[in-house]
Amino acid sequence: MPVSFFLVLSALLFSIGIYGVLARQHAVLVLLSIELMLNAVNINLVAFSAMLEEAGLGGQVFALFVIAVAAAEVGVGLAIVILIYRNRQSVDLDELDLMKW
Amino acid sequence: MFLSQHGEAVFEPGLIGQIAWLVPLLPFLAFFVILFFGKRLPDKGHSVGIGAVAVGLVISLLAFIELAGGRGDIERSWTWFEFSDILELEFGMKIDFLTAVMFVVVCSISLLVQIYSTGYMHGDSRYTWFYAALSMFTSSMLFLVIANNLMQMFVGWEGVGICSYFLIGHFWEEKENSSAAIKAFITTRIGDVGFLFGIFALFAIAHTFNITELNLAAEDGEIGGPALTVAALLLFLGAVGKSAQFPLHVWLPDAMAGPTPVSALIHAATMVVAGIYLVARMFVLFEHAGAALDVVAIVAGITMLIAAVLALVQDDIKKVLAYSTISQLGYMMAALGVGAYTASIFHLFTHAFFKALLFLGAGSLIHAVHSNNMSDMGGLRKYMPHTYKTFLIGSLALGGIFPFAGFWSKDEIVGEALRASSEGTQTAAIFVFVAAIITAFLTALYMTKVCVKTFWGEYRGRGHPHESPGSMVTPLWVLALATCVVGFLGLPVVGPFLDWIFVPGEEHPGFSTAYNIVLPVASVGIAGIAIWLGWQLFHKERWSVDVLKGPFAWSYRFVANKYYLDNIYLGAIVKPIQYPLAKAAYWFNQRILDGVVNGTAAGTMASSRVTYAVIDQGIIDFAVNGAAGLTGVSGGLLRYVQTGNIQRYAAVLFASAALFVGALAFF
Repeated sequence: MPVSFFLVLSALLFSIGIYGVLARQHAVLVLLSIELMLNAVNINLVAFSAMLEEAGLGGQVFALFVIAVAAAEVGVGLAIVILIYRNRQSVDLDELDLMKW
Repeated sequence: MFLSQHGEAVFEPGLIGQIAWLVPLLPFLAFFVILFFGKRLPDKGHSVGIGAVAVGLVISLLAFIELAGGRGDIERSWTWFEFSDILELEFGMKIDFLTAVMFVVVCSISLLVQIYSTGYMHGDSRYTWFYAALSMFTSSMLFLVIANNLMQMFVGWEGVGICSYFLIGHFWEEKENSSAAIKAFITTRIGDVGFLFGIFALFAIAHTFNITELNLAAEDGEIGGPALTVAALLLFLGAVGKSAQFPLHVWLPDAMAGPTPVSALIHAATMVVAGIYLVARMFVLFEHAGAALDVVAIVAGITMLIAAVLALVQDDIKKVLAYSTISQLGYMMAALGVGAYTASIFHLFTHAFFKALLFLGAGSLIHAVHSNNMSDMGGLRKYMPHTYKTFLIGSLALGGIFPFAGFWSKDEIVGEALRASSEGTQTAAIFVFVAAIITAFLTALYMTKVCVKTFWGEYRGRGHPHESPGSMVTPLWVLALATCVVGFLGLPVVGPFLDWIFVPGEEHPGFSTAYNIVLPVASVGIAGIAIWLGWQLFHKERWSVDVLKGPFAWSYRFVANKYYLDNIYLGAIVKPIQYPLAKAAYWFNQRILDGVVNGTAAGTMASSRVTYAVIDQGIIDFAVNGAAGLTGVSGGLLRYVQTGNIQRYAAVLFASAALFVGALAFF
């Protein structure tokens, strides 16, 4: 299979992720969208790693790193979301505008 | 300049002479020490002043001996300040025999006066200040003496003037005393102005303030003519004021208002001899200044005569002594006038001792009877034996009786006057000779009167007089001893005193040529007649004439009113000048000075207003407010970017990343 298939899939996933991050109101959905973007990147890494076999398994190892970091990130992110919810009884991102001025 | 009077080889300058600058410096420092710490010291500060002068006296005596031993003169100076190359002011010292003699006189008299004052001024409310002023007074005089240029001398001269003002007015609680102080200050100021203009005139023609250079320039004929005569006469005006010569002598008797030790110091050492010293210092210049010396001689002759007559009619013992000082200063000045430089300095030297003795003796008397008037004394011979004996010695010295100090020096002056009058066609010298003889007679007469009225007869005052304390009697005996001894320094056999003092660059005729046996015998004879006459008149009261009546009453009144000189000064000078001057000064003050002051203030106000409106408000505040406003506006605009919406931030982030990637791809 040509590598471009994987790249198209990855680009689609990434775009969906961006859309989710930018357009969704719900914080949990935004976190999920971030996961999509990360996995798009993982697909890219694995695809290129398979294509360039002689360069070794660096890309696949890196994908594992990304998964590990993503797990940690989700852990921290969900903890923040829960705390925000406890404080404000809402996780609507449009209402979370405390960082201005 | 290391010339010797014998024209021998140049002498090495002496070691002690090198540190002679300590002599004026020590009392100067003592002044500050006494002023700042005196009140906290257990003795109220007098030992500081006495110590400083005592050390000064030791240095002076050593320098004196050194110079007598043939060491050369010393002149050291450095530039005080420079005004382009036209005007250079030096600050230096000139140590020669004249300086050394003056040092010895000033230090020894000042020392004795300060010791005496511990007794006389005991318990005075301003005791510490009195000692501070005495130290400053002494220091100023020494500074004047050590000066190697006229400007520096003038500084000392003024210092002496202001200190005399403080000391004469020491008991300022009484209006009379402070008036006397003011009178002394202002009268001498008149002379000071002359002195200052004399300095200017000399600088204009000779371009230097240096005494040695001025004297040399006059001697070499570099300066001369009417300009030099005028300059010399202006200098002499200064001397007339300070040395109380006619017609500016009026301040000296009034200066008796000061404490008696101060009178002694003023009269013997520190103030009045400054004028003599000035003329002596500039003697070569005076000699070459046309008729200047003749003027000196005639003024001095008049002074000695009128002062001696005035002394005769005073009842206040201090005033008698004051007039006798004026008269004796006349002697010194007259000696300079007839060219007898050494005789003049010799008389200055001897006079310092016996006049200090007489004043301190008078102080002792006043201390005992609490009155200045001789009509309150009498018979004190029995009560105050030490004062009596010492005062008598002083009187005999002043009267010119052998072998006391006054005899030697006065005789020398009379002899020199006679020699000068026989040598040339000098009418001034003849006048001085005649005046000196008459004055000698009068001097012996009034001193006899003083002694008779004070020590003989019955006590006329109140209370019981008793001898003064040891601190006062000891200086009297020291001075009495000096009075007996110092005259012999002038003997040709014993003392080369007159050879030591010499006019720079001029051969001095020496003592022996003027000396013959007839003159001293004659002068002692004259003094003897005067004493006998005085004894008959004032003790035996023979030929007693009522001076207030009779054919000579007008002359008595004339003399008793001091020749109406004070009235003339007051009526003809002070009043006509004082009131219009005061009025003019008031007008000037109100219209001109206040106008200037108010105008300046108004101008300042106006310019301040303009500055406030334009510069402060318009420019500075605009810049400051503008900077703040700009920041505010730009911040206000920028804050809209900061929405706080995380998704908008993310959008910007992604957009920027996309742009960045696009830029990388295309370029």
